[in-house]
Amino acid sequence: MIEIPKTIHDDMITHAQEGFPLEVCGILGGAGDTVSVNYRMTNTDASNEHFMMDPKEQFAVVKELRAKGLSMLAIYHSHPETPARPSEEDIKLALTPDVSYVIVSLADAAVPVIKSFKIGSGNVEVEPIEIII
Amino acid sequence: MNISINGKETIISENSDRTVDSLLEELDVSQRLYVTVELNGEILERPAYETTPVKEGDVIEFLYFMGGGR
Repeated sequence: MIEIPKTIHDDMITHAQEGFPLEVCGILGGAGDTVSVNYRMTNTDASNEHFMMDPKEQFAVVKELRAKGLSMLAIYHSHPETPARPSEEDIKLALTPDVSYVIVSLADAAVPVIKSFKIGSGNVEVEPIEIII
Repeated sequence: MNISINGKETIISENSDRTVDSLLEELDVSQRLYVTVELNGEILERPAYETTPVKEGDVIEFLYFMGGGR
């Protein structure tokens, strides 16, 4: 399970909506299972079908989290037009160990959906999200 | 030899042949094609992994490519 504050949950949706029709991406940090910070990252692909983070931004975020005594808990990205499920490419490129992979779907623009997954060795498991008020 | 790996001070054996690539191998880092390395604050070009020696006091950060598609 991953616990996400409602403000961060809602910000991921806003981020996806603001970036539409392109995919957006970001990193969630925290401790244990609880997210406490989010970082909007640059999608260097600037595509509505792919995302790729800027390594310089990745290093900066990882170091900032470490300085705060936090860890990277999740990598999120949006699916502007497809459901909240990992694509084959998402599964293949889920390389960072021990993190959750969160997808924000705007397939139904009126009802954005966020789901979290644990992905490893090609296996995908849905992970419950608890939204903290 | 003392180096820093992802923020952790680490002692590794002396080995003048050790490169960034062989260090990653020693650390059992899989899928190294998808790993980005920062050496002493500068991102290292991938072709240089096999030719860049690891020296005393180096500060090494590495992380995986983060990307995907619909």
